[in-house]
Amino acid sequence: MENFTLAVPATIEAALAAAQQSDTKFIAGGTDLMQLMKDHVERPQHLVDLEGLPLDTFSIGGDGARIGALVRMSDLADDPDLRRRYPVVAEALLASASPQVRNMATIGGNLLQRTRCGYFRNVGFGACNKRQPGSGCGAILGLNRLHAIFGGGDYCVATHPSDLAVALAALDSTIEVQGGNGTRAVPIDEFYLLPANTPDRETVLAPGEIITAVQVPPPRNGERSHYLKLRDRASFEFALVSAAVAVAVEDGRIRTARVAMGGVGTKPWRLPAVEAALASMPVTREALTNAAAQAADGARPLAENGFKIPLMQRALMRALLTVTA
Amino acid sequence: MSEFEVSRRRFIGASAAVGGLATASRVTRAAVAPSVQSGSPPVRTPEMIDVTLEVNGRRHALTIEPRTTLLDALRENLRLTGTKKGCDQGSCGACTVHVDGRRINACLTLAARCQEKAITTIEGLAKDGELHPMQAAFLARDGLQCGYCTPGQIMSATALVAEGRAMSDAAIREWMSGNICRCGAYPHILAAVKDVTGSGSGG
Repeated sequence: MENFTLAVPATIEAALAAAQQSDTKFIAGGTDLMQLMKDHVERPQHLVDLEGLPLDTFSIGGDGARIGALVRMSDLADDPDLRRRYPVVAEALLASASPQVRNMATIGGNLLQRTRCGYFRNVGFGACNKRQPGSGCGAILGLNRLHAIFGGGDYCVATHPSDLAVALAALDSTIEVQGGNGTRAVPIDEFYLLPANTPDRETVLAPGEIITAVQVPPPRNGERSHYLKLRDRASFEFALVSAAVAVAVEDGRIRTARVAMGGVGTKPWRLPAVEAALASMPVTREALTNAAAQAADGARPLAENGFKIPLMQRALMRALLTVTA
Repeated sequence: MSEFEVSRRRFIGASAAVGGLATASRVTRAAVAPSVQSGSPPVRTPEMIDVTLEVNGRRHALTIEPRTTLLDALRENLRLTGTKKGCDQGSCGACTVHVDGRRINACLTLAARCQEKAITTIEGLAKDGELHPMQAAFLARDGLQCGYCTPGQIMSATALVAEGRAMSDAAIREWMSGNICRCGAYPHILAAVKDVTGSGSGG
């Protein structure tokens, strides 16, 4: 890890001002940034410590949830109101990382964590358009078992690694952002960018901007939600495929369904066609199976990750069965 | 325990001369403690900063580079080598310590960000010469083979008990998932945790 200066501002304004100089990174929980700095993927000259900013509280009530960016993953996951009103969020948090990492990592940092693509994280490998724009992509024709089947292209096929972001995408959450030009609120689906030909740009955050909070609308009437994560080992691993579902059932029929999946897209992947297929369907195994079978429609698998197509369908099926049981 | 510690420390000291080359690159330059280079005063570079860390109830003034991790500060500056460096990437849990009562990975933590916080390491668990019940349980249950992951396992296990997570075998396994044991002592670790929580007779 290369050396850096460390600024510890006490206010948001001071933090934003401190980030004006070049080669500056914000640090919150630090669990991802520290790994990236040790691997020389990130080489900031200056760090701005966000821990002292007043963004570490959250409120959950009838008008939804507002979660400060510096709330620790473990503190949010343990909240009884979150577990009751937003089980999909609590389950996604508890399926993430390890207890130690969750005690350190923040909500804002989780949403901004970088991909686990091995080509991105290994500077000994020259080609990575995300790390070094224009250098190529090692994964498209290389080791791509863990890579995306949605949202990729000729430049990048790295998956977005956050479980939390998938749950928040299913719930139509909004990201609050603050920078030198003031504040704005961005729907999470617009917050994340497809790689297209600029995979180094992953979000709409401008340089020097920070996430200040996440807003989650109240659950829909009668809605139940659930997060299912499938991975190569039982715990402390990133998703091969995950499913975030929120379904409202009335008189044996699905009134509304919201579905997002992780481990499959270059950003948290919402499935509007499946949601439409589920709406007003009776809660029967056959109907759920038919809808889940459409989960991977339009997927573009690579040489090693075609298994994600049936895994997606089955993961979604199981998540739907669980949430409608 | 103390006799075991001494002999183990001597063994590591002796073997370091032989095996030191292989690991030398992992030690940061700032982390080479000046105090062991007898006679020469500490070298202070312009990048260095003064920090105060409270570790196991004692305050220590340190001069370190901002990039110094809590793990390196504990081991190399304070010579508290009970906290282990395994992967140095937050994946193995060997460096688990408590900061303000919460278990964290010291390798992913900057020491400079730990000021005004209470840090507890494996060296701070025993009280008045008496092992912490979790330490005693690990010995009684033989919850280790090589022992390298053990300090981290014990720090994680004591936190798990304090968090109230030890509700079942499955819960204990899940909530200990941040600590890897390459010797595979997991059944005995589980038994040790259950001894302390009274949640069963163990394995």
